[in-house]
Amino acid sequence: MTAWRPPLPLVAAWLALIALLGLTVMLAYVPLHMFNAVVALAIGCLKAAIVAAVFMELRHRGRRTFIFAGAGLFWLGILLWLGLMDFLTRT
Amino acid sequence: MNEDNYLNAGFSLRSWFFTTDHKRIAILYFASLIFFFFVGGAAATAIRIELATPQADLVSSDMYNRLFTMHGIIMVWFFLIPSIPNTLGNFMVPLMIGARDLAFPRLNLLSWYLFMLGGGVTLFAILAGGVDTGWTFYTPFSTLYSNSYVTVAVTGVFVSGFSSILTGLNFIVTIHRLRAPGLTWYRLPLFIWSLYATSVILVLATPVLAMTLVLIAVERLLGVGIFDPRIGGDPLLFQHLFWFYSHPAVYIMILPGMGVINELVSCFSRKAVFGYKFVAWASLAIAAIGFLVWGHHMFVAGQSLLASLVFSFMSFIVAVPSAIKVFNWTATLHKGSIHFDAPMLYALAFIGLFTIGGLTGLFLACLAFDVHATDTYFVVAHFHYIMVGGMVTAYFGGLHYWWPKITGRLYSEYWARTAAVLIFFGFNLTFFPQFVLGAEGMPRRYHVYPPEFQVWNVLSSGGAVILAVAYLMPMFYLGYSLFFGRRAPANPWNAPGLEWQTPSPPPEYNFDTQPVVTRPPYQYSPDFEAEPQNA
Amino acid sequence: MPEAKAFASQFVSSQHRDETAELGMWVFIATEVLLFGGLILGYFVYRHAYPAAFAAASRHTDIVIGAANTAILLTSSFLVACAVDAFSAETRKICVALLSGAIVLGLTFVVLKSIEYSDEYREHLIPGIDFNFDAALTNGAQLFFVFYFVATALHALHMLVGVALLAVLATLTYRLPSSRHRAALHSGALYWHFVDVVWIFLFALIYLPGRSS
Repeated sequence: MTAWRPPLPLVAAWLALIALLGLTVMLAYVPLHMFNAVVALAIGCLKAAIVAAVFMELRHRGRRTFIFAGAGLFWLGILLWLGLMDFLTRT
Repeated sequence: MNEDNYLNAGFSLRSWFFTTDHKRIAILYFASLIFFFFVGGAAATAIRIELATPQADLVSSDMYNRLFTMHGIIMVWFFLIPSIPNTLGNFMVPLMIGARDLAFPRLNLLSWYLFMLGGGVTLFAILAGGVDTGWTFYTPFSTLYSNSYVTVAVTGVFVSGFSSILTGLNFIVTIHRLRAPGLTWYRLPLFIWSLYATSVILVLATPVLAMTLVLIAVERLLGVGIFDPRIGGDPLLFQHLFWFYSHPAVYIMILPGMGVINELVSCFSRKAVFGYKFVAWASLAIAAIGFLVWGHHMFVAGQSLLASLVFSFMSFIVAVPSAIKVFNWTATLHKGSIHFDAPMLYALAFIGLFTIGGLTGLFLACLAFDVHATDTYFVVAHFHYIMVGGMVTAYFGGLHYWWPKITGRLYSEYWARTAAVLIFFGFNLTFFPQFVLGAEGMPRRYHVYPPEFQVWNVLSSGGAVILAVAYLMPMFYLGYSLFFGRRAPANPWNAPGLEWQTPSPPPEYNFDTQPVVTRPPYQYSPDFEAEPQNA
Repeated sequence: MPEAKAFASQFVSSQHRDETAELGMWVFIATEVLLFGGLILGYFVYRHAYPAAFAAASRHTDIVIGAANTAILLTSSFLVACAVDAFSAETRKICVALLSGAIVLGLTFVVLKSIEYSDEYREHLIPGIDFNFDAALTNGAQLFFVFYFVATALHALHMLVGVALLAVLATLTYRLPSSRHRAALHSGALYWHFVDVVWIFLFALIYLPGRSS
């Protein structure tokens, strides 16, 4: 069996993810009022971005894969934007 | 038909039911869709018979609810949505892009099995006692008040949704990765562009419907749910989720039809489609903007005024790319060498009927008008002009156009033209009176009505008889051609598309040698001699 | 008919086939994003309507198990990413070991999740089964828990599918690591990472709100 070592970027990504998990749990207990939700989701997005870029190897992929990966998110954005628009502007 | 082709490659049941050949799967879908078309058509017939008189003389109100629900569910999910993509698309996409098969042939077969499973479950729900919620499954009808087989029907639709997703996924990947050498995006036939746009919707909208249906099943089975007003839930959330799928689904139903019309209009005018790039991008624009308009189904449902305004505005915007297409087809006809073969008659019928359907859609996108027209026959007439006048007509047109390629036989041109003309008249007689009824205020989904509406209803029911006969006719002359029709040459229409450069019916792997494309599509010329593009 | 080849006849090379398969997985992931998207919209709508109830209900979830499960899932993703890197004939045992580790972590996640479910059952937090919550907030809390159960159950289902997938891939890799299996492992890994990403957001939406008040 030849020596195989986990590639550095993967290890770094894993450590960063665990650190971000700790950070987000900690910050959840700090009263920031409405910003708690913003912080939680922002850190969630950051974690998702790390997983996508490093684990899912998006950083090595071309424009086409980017578009494919982004399409789902873009349409999710449409769903949330127009869906919530109604509920946020009810009188 | 002496040489080897996909039809004589095997005759056992196994060679059909376990095939991964996209052409055979298309045939499987075609046979299944004929069946579902007749099931849905039978319900429509019963509805029109009942409505011939103002009284209830054929069915009870409960039965009537079940009839129009069955008509809607079967026609939308088990005929219109799979119609062109899964039959003509499945057959033609690899042929038109010079590929030997779709990217994932086994997923393609799985898609058919899921479709049949979903169809079977839905039919069971209908036979066991029916569903009375309307095809939209609106809560709280479908959760609190309905005692019918909602959960079973919802399961059937859910399963068939995955068949749609697999088809969409397959088309997207195939069109990206399996184009013949030299076949750049702007050399693709416009039918491929429109199927690509359709697939984008299939893949991105269907899962939302799946989730919505799961939530309905959860609410029915557990007695508590996310749309339950008793615990503060909002039934309007259901409508948002439902129409996020179901409005784009309207474009799933019309975009492939538009794609077929491009092929027909250019072939029978012997001209390239006018403004190719505009038509191509209009397909994608319709697919994208089609996702921004769903709230126009909810103008009177209680959504916020701002939401109504935005959705109304977007609904006007989505008419622009549709109009681009209509104008470009008309411009293609201009100074063309027009041949009135049967497929062309269908194409011309499509352009007229789609225009009426589209323009009345603009009426309904207008808030002030829609408040009066909501849930009247005006809406019913509008969407039947799009879906039946548009999609079904295009489906028949495409079927006639590619019939020689698919079966290797020529049908009777005389009967085909007769049927096309009858369909056009029967359709207008059936549905134009419904615009009048709607404008006069007759609501949809009732089986009794005031006597003053009877004249228009009788006209409509009479038209439905003509339409039914006209839809049955192709069964006979196309069926006849299968056994007694003349053998079709490889390229009966003298068309330049890749699908015509291989024998009819095509060999099992489509092309004997890999085609190489060297020029844009639709290179018709008066002296065009079907010169093969194979290099 | 062309003679039997290592790849199906619609492809020009095995690399062509593998890239196509990866693209197919990305399309599938886009579909899945929208599947969960419908639920997320429902969540935001009701969180907007019942902020206090959502915060209170959120406090009733078990953040220890939630955070532990997040760490477990992130680690399993890391192992799977390593397994993709270690895929080769020489290192196939390491690759299989890494996949097995990910499978064990995945199963641990599901076990912890079911412990959490049974705790919630005891605390009367399951809507429809004797639901009991602070009377003033009971409506919003029920909506929260309907969302919670549907979303986490759906996610757990994805986990089980993923575990089965990884098990098949580990077996294939152990037997015969071919380029075809590399592509399969690559696609399977994409799916596993996606399930991880879903959980990252579910964690932020379910466990974190309301902790500071």
